[in-house]
Amino acid sequence: MNVVVCVKQIPDPATPYKLEEGTSWLIRPEDQVLDDTDRYGVEMGLQLAQESEGTVTLVSMGPTGNAQGIRQALAMGADRAIMIEDDGLRGSDALTTARVLAAAISSEAFDLVITGTESTDGYSGVVPQMIAELLGAPALTYATKVEVGDGVVTIHRQTAAGYDVVTSSTPAVVSVTAGVVEPRYPTFKGIMDAKKKPIENKTMSDLGVENRLAQEVAKITNAPEREAGRRIEDEGDAHTEIVALLEDRKVI
Amino acid sequence: MSEIVFAKPDPYDFLETDALLSEEETLLRDTVRDYVEKEINPHVADWWDEGVIPHAELAKAFGDLGMLGMHLEGYGCAGTSATAYGLACMELEAGDSGIRSFVSVQGSLVMFPIWKFGSEEQKQTWLPRMASGEIIGCFGLTEADSGSDPASMRTSAKRDGSDWLINGSKMWITNGSIADVAIVWARTDDGIRGFIVPSDTKGFAAPEIKKKASLRASVTSELILDDVRVPDEFLLPAVSSMRGPLSCLNEARFGIAFGAVGAARSCYESALAYAGEREQFNQPIGSFQLTQRKLVEMMVSVQRGTLVALHLGRRKDNGELTPEQVSFGKFDNVRNALEVARTARSILGANGITLEYPVFRHMANLETVFTYEGTNEIHTLVMGQAITGLNAFT
Ligand SMILES: Cc1cc2nc3c(=O)[nH]c(=O)nc-3n(C[C@H](O)[C@H](O)[C@H](O)COP(=O)(O)OP(=O)(O)OC[C@H]3O[C@@H](n4cnc5c(N)ncnc54)[C@H](O)[C@@H]3O)c2cc1C
Repeated sequence: MNVVVCVKQIPDPATPYKLEEGTSWLIRPEDQVLDDTDRYGVEMGLQLAQESEGTVTLVSMGPTGNAQGIRQALAMGADRAIMIEDDGLRGSDALTTARVLAAAISSEAFDLVITGTESTDGYSGVVPQMIAELLGAPALTYATKVEVGDGVVTIHRQTAAGYDVVTSSTPAVVSVTAGVVEPRYPTFKGIMDAKKKPIENKTMSDLGVENRLAQEVAKITNAPEREAGRRIEDEGDAHTEIVALLEDRKVI
Repeated sequence: MSEIVFAKPDPYDFLETDALLSEEETLLRDTVRDYVEKEINPHVADWWDEGVIPHAELAKAFGDLGMLGMHLEGYGCAGTSATAYGLACMELEAGDSGIRSFVSVQGSLVMFPIWKFGSEEQKQTWLPRMASGEIIGCFGLTEADSGSDPASMRTSAKRDGSDWLINGSKMWITNGSIADVAIVWARTDDGIRGFIVPSDTKGFAAPEIKKKASLRASVTSELILDDVRVPDEFLLPAVSSMRGPLSCLNEARFGIAFGAVGAARSCYESALAYAGEREQFNQPIGSFQLTQRKLVEMMVSVQRGTLVALHLGRRKDNGELTPEQVSFGKFDNVRNALEVARTARSILGANGITLEYPVFRHMANLETVFTYEGTNEIHTLVMGQAITGLNAFT
């Protein structure tokens, strides 16, 4: 089975993000890391591909930089990577991102496309579903478990109360939650092999896609500071007050 | 002429020594760091406290990563650079010196002599299973009465038909009681020879040394060899002098030069965080000049040690590193790490004596690191001889 995994390089979340003045675009340093949540998709892809001696191809959009984040996913065991980098894609929105990724994926022979649920730097959370629509493939989202057999993919779809079991034929697009599988550490052999693995660079014109913005960032503000909590002194009846508060907020 | 850049230095990498690493080295270093933070750090204080490590699980996990004998070529070894091996040691020892010792012994003291001095058959037999962590090894050189002067060893091996009979005992042997196989150095009629001794051989015993106050997350043992009979095929063919064990020690000491910096870094980071949070006299203790002096000394020491280690790594990868330069690294980085650990301990006050923070554990561990693999004094004499041409050992 051949799996395409969408992965993203993001600025190291440990360092504060900087936005470009005027455009409010995220400034992306040379040194980016693999979005931590993408390690789950890579691991899922590797497990499914290895069961059937298939391949794992990474597809990623964004400035390549020194490709350290992509090398990390290759070191885990993915076979090759396609990187779409184009100055014209700066500031692109979710739909453009999905169109670019779908265009890159459509030239691959794939049984499954795996993505995370949302990126840690963008958080739009709609790209996987858009990719599926553009590829004309079913979207199975928020998977906490994935099984593939004989042209059928079955997932557990996380819900507020538990999970739904969702099935479709392949090819399909599956978005996986963090924790769907335990990602492996790259092995030292994998790390050394990673630099020999092919990374193919593509531009918008290679894919025949344009950056038509359908979404506009109107304003960016800092999240409000958290307000100080309220202290309830216990004079024997604190529990009733706490219960009332919780009921009021419909927590219980 | 380039101008000085006005950017805020990183307290954790003041000189930006990270820039000296290749992408591959960075990825490897980060992988080990991640592993240590997730799989070692949450448990190691308990292992240390109880004096027990899950050795089989660790061996398997290290084997899966490719850490065991990582800088050797072929036979299932990863074949990384020496610098990469050093970086792995640095990250492991930021976790615990005992955990780094486990890897040093397996790779540098057991796999290395087989790889370097062993027959093709010995390499095929042992190395792949040691690289994967299926088999654990130990290295027996030191004896109760023969420490800094290992050439005075009494353990002997005598020919008996086509076999060898080994008699004697070894002391302070890391991994001894958990080892499947021991490299035992013994005197013979034709010099000091190394033997591969499976631990289930009759006459071989390895009682554990208990009541240690240092390196507690590591097994230390005595080896007893009572008429241990091994066939000639278990003799390492290619060396018959102290050059054998000493070349192994050079490999391990190289890793220690890196490792000690890892332990020091962990102490510095703990102390820096603590100094920012702990308040006395209505202000963080990090605001006192005396504390800042300590923090800066620690930071400088860690950075300097990193530079020394990386320099040795590059020289080793170019095939230029001399044993005296390895002594420089082991001598200077370990004594400085010990100083950093003690200083960090003082910043943490009473908390500094607990196992809730890594500092005391590192400090106690570093007392072992100061002594094994050539004491601080012995490395002084090695370098003293190198610069004066005069022997002060005897
Ligand atoms: C936890 C632990 C694990 C170990 N693991 C191993 C292992 O796996 N395999 C192994 O073979 N060994 C191992 N060792 C042994 C270690 O290498 C020795 O302890 C070390 O070589 C020092 O020997 P010694 O303890 O007999 O001290 P001594 O040699 O007795 O030294 C005592 C003191 O005298 C000083 N001294 C000695 N000679 C001179 C001199 N000529 N001039 C000036 N000062 C001198 C020393 O520097 C030291 O300060 C381990 C030790 C420890 C503590």
